[in-house]
Amino acid sequence: MFKWIVSLCLACFVAATSAQNAPKAPDALVKDVTEEVLAALRSDPSIKAGDTARTAELVETKVLPHFNFTRMTALAMGKEWRATTPEQKKQLTDEFRTLLVRTYSNALTSYRNQTIDYRPFKMGPNDTDVTVRTQINQPGGRPIPLDYALEMKDGGWKVYDVVVAGVSLVTNYRETFAAEIRAGGVDGLVKSLRAKNATGATAPAAPTASVAK
Amino acid sequence: MKINSKQSGLAAFRSVAMVAAAGVVLTGCATSGNPKDPIEGFNRAVFSFNETVDKAVIKPVAQGYDFITPQPVQTGVSNFFGNIADLWIGINNLLQGKPGDALSDAGRVLVNSTLGILGLFDVASDMGLEKHDEDFGQTLGRWGVGDGAYVVLPILGPRTVRDTFGVAADIYVDPVRDADGHRGYRNTAIVLRAIDQRASLLKAEDAIEAAALDKYAYIRDAYLQRRRSLIHDGNPPREKDDDSAALPFDNRQLVESLEPTWNLMLVGDGFDPKIELPAANGVPEEVASVSN
Repeated sequence: MFKWIVSLCLACFVAATSAQNAPKAPDALVKDVTEEVLAALRSDPSIKAGDTARTAELVETKVLPHFNFTRMTALAMGKEWRATTPEQKKQLTDEFRTLLVRTYSNALTSYRNQTIDYRPFKMGPNDTDVTVRTQINQPGGRPIPLDYALEMKDGGWKVYDVVVAGVSLVTNYRETFAAEIRAGGVDGLVKSLRAKNATGATAPAAPTASVAK
Repeated sequence: MKINSKQSGLAAFRSVAMVAAAGVVLTGCATSGNPKDPIEGFNRAVFSFNETVDKAVIKPVAQGYDFITPQPVQTGVSNFFGNIADLWIGINNLLQGKPGDALSDAGRVLVNSTLGILGLFDVASDMGLEKHDEDFGQTLGRWGVGDGAYVVLPILGPRTVRDTFGVAADIYVDPVRDADGHRGYRNTAIVLRAIDQRASLLKAEDAIEAAALDKYAYIRDAYLQRRRSLIHDGNPPREKDDDSAALPFDNRQLVESLEPTWNLMLVGDGFDPKIELPAANGVPEEVASVSN
């Protein structure tokens, strides 16, 4: 209870000090969005019943505005990104965004009664690239670290990487993307992403994937 | 449960070894040019074997367990085995030169074994003694042993060559396996622990199915990232390069410079990054050989 009051006071303090034109601090941003989403997850009966569409809607309105999907796609593509046309960049970003949103929504529907801790956060006055660390506590399991990498972009902080238990949900795609590009070029990768997004199941689109079935 | 576990274990090992050998023969040494995964063809074969076994036996049992067992009981089971595991975790922290963490782990075992009623309740976490995640593979990593190649072990799943040695040590000192004289209980405990661990992964598995274009590669890359993070206790040196410069060529040089001796010792000439270098642009024949 005491902790809760302190964090409330802290939130007020942050709100008061960050005047109109200053952007919200990255740790405050992560915390506010997380709490807002958790509140919705706890109260919405259709989400509790496992309604993925409803969860996706929540993610779309509350979370996505704070994500930089172009940067995320570039990060997942690695050095291949520079060799793509603007048109391909747009297609890749759209498809990758859909995939990430679905993955994220899927993870949220399995939310039960975990709690989130926010780790101490420090940043210099001129930092434009920071990591906000949080931790998911779950009954009967060890805590799962969940980190957000944010960068200052167009006067606001945007998330460009999400790292769960040491695994970046973005760069984890790099080897797969590279294999797809080797096999079918960038357009082949776009096609595979589309196929994946259309089915929702694991589509064995990679040429090497046929062995794994 | 009065089976002769030594014999059945040996038989299981033999059949697993045969399947593994069959995998090698079937797929040869096909790779798609990933320097961390030089025996990808073999690994994919074992991976799909594991998936088949999991789908047929392990997962249904875990789902059944998850369905009939109330959450507090599942938590108690996880806590019970977690408490036993804390002992070895503490020893590994000591071996890694982290006496503070080791002391905290010892404290956890003391508190949970007594106040937590034989480990059924994780009182220590509530007291602020955080649970750690350590094993002998991480200790070896901490000592500077390189990853070696990625390997998918039958049933046990993803490892690296280093972590295969690590898990062998983990199994060797496993107190549950060591409970001689109570063979019936011991076997039940080993099975229950395995089911509990599998059940705890059911949710994560759904997320992976939703996320992965190629499940094999997704799990491989996640495993490698996760191990790297664990060895650095959640603070690995950051790989940021990526969207601007860094070519795979550079990565391979880095891999090469970081772990030359151990890779050669552990994998022999199966892992030679230099051989892989020209394959960076287009590997049609290798891809073709993998895909059938």
